Amino acid sequence: MNLKKVYWIIWKDIMLEIRAKETIGTMLIFTFLVLVIFAFSFLQPGNRVSSEIIPGIIWVTIAFTGMLGLNRSFLPEKNNDCILGLALAPVEKSMIYFGKVAVNFIFLAGVELLSFPLMAVFFNFRIQGPLLYFILVLLLGTVGFSGTGVFLAALSANTRTSEILLPVVLFPIWIPLILGAVKASGLVLAGRLSDPLWVQSFWSWVRLLAVYDVIFFAVSFMLFDYVLEV
Amino acid sequence: MLNEKKNKLFLRIFIGLVFLVMATAQYLIFLWVPEEKTLGVVQKIFYFHVGAAWVAFFAFFIVFVFSILYLATQERRWDRVSAASAEIGTVFTTIVLVTGPIWAKSSWNTWWTWEPRLTTSLILWFIYLAYILIRISAGDVERKAKLAAVFGIIGFLDVPVVFYAVNWWSVSHPMLFGQGKMNLASDMLLTLQVTVAAFTLLYFYLLEKGIAVFRMQDEVNKIKDRLREITD
Repeated sequence: MNLKKVYWIIWKDIMLEIRAKETIGTMLIFTFLVLVIFAFSFLQPGNRVSSEIIPGIIWVTIAFTGMLGLNRSFLPEKNNDCILGLALAPVEKSMIYFGKVAVNFIFLAGVELLSFPLMAVFFNFRIQGPLLYFILVLLLGTVGFSGTGVFLAALSANTRTSEILLPVVLFPIWIPLILGAVKASGLVLAGRLSDPLWVQSFWSWVRLLAVYDVIFFAVSFMLFDYVLEV
Repeated sequence: MLNEKKNKLFLRIFIGLVFLVMATAQYLIFLWVPEEKTLGVVQKIFYFHVGAAWVAFFAFFIVFVFSILYLATQERRWDRVSAASAEIGTVFTTIVLVTGPIWAKSSWNTWWTWEPRLTTSLILWFIYLAYILIRISAGDVERKAKLAAVFGIIGFLDVPVVFYAVNWWSVSHPMLFGQGKMNLASDMLLTLQVTVAAFTLLYFYLLEKGIAVFRMQDEVNKIKDRLREITD
């Protein structure tokens, strides 16, 4: 593994984003809009929102926003056959995969970072468990999202119906990740660290997230050559 | 030529066998096996449900194996097996998802529960549909085969993870199958075994037909290409 090459892929995409300013801004505005729509659907003015639906709101928002970013990670490369240039570049294809995953992770994490204060304000919730645990769940979830997301985005970019194919292909694969992330962050938000049952079920969900990340990273890493080759 | 004749004979015998076992299974289900005490006649759908579920998961395992084979060897015939198996699997998963709620309504008085097996079947169905959509929208033959093979592998690996996740999720709900196996009366078990055997044989029969259709498609495409070359 050559970190320097991965770094160049990251640099290229970040530079592109800094100059064009197309993706992150749109993702952010979209996130805010989704949150407002959730507020309309679940909130009754004057009442507190039930804390059970907060983790669902968080992760559905992240999933939808992530989809926007993923569509931007390979489709623009098809203009002027840039994807061919990328595939011909003297780096292993798996380095391209790592670079793209890292870029997606950075974008998504940035959006999360900027939108969480807003979520807390809109829905008036507090993280009752340790913040570090919450960050751990967020990290594992976002890594998994970008890992499988970039892989399947590269796959669907090769088809004729790429933008509409991606969600249909991606959501079934994301389901265990979304389920684990929603449950784990729900446990942190409720937060009862003294309860051994709580601790046990929290860690079993975290373990599921970690196992998911490892499995799909390994498989995507091995199969990425075939996806970019065509 | 002789070989082809032999193949044809073998196929005829196989079709006869499928028919025989399937007919036996129907006889056992509808005439021979006693009705369940509390559920009555509705319980008979259980045999079809389990048989179809077995084939649905088995077909996806075949997709997985032949996807790996295709990526390793790049031979078209392995891709044809995956493609045919995925289509059959989709049909059988649909049967599972239709018979499941009918059975659930009469035995648990609800159309749908988020029981691990039922939920996993639903996700399996979505994965199958995604697989077929990739095949439809991939464009040329080689790309179609490659992308579908990749998704066949990753989709298959997703299924056990979904099962474990849903299993943990539904810990607080009643586990309907509970400790390992349901207690089945011996003649019910026999009926179930024959039905599963019949469905498996039916799967292989359909698989052979499916592969033949895909082979013909490939041949037609080849002829079309040649015609185009001649006319150009």
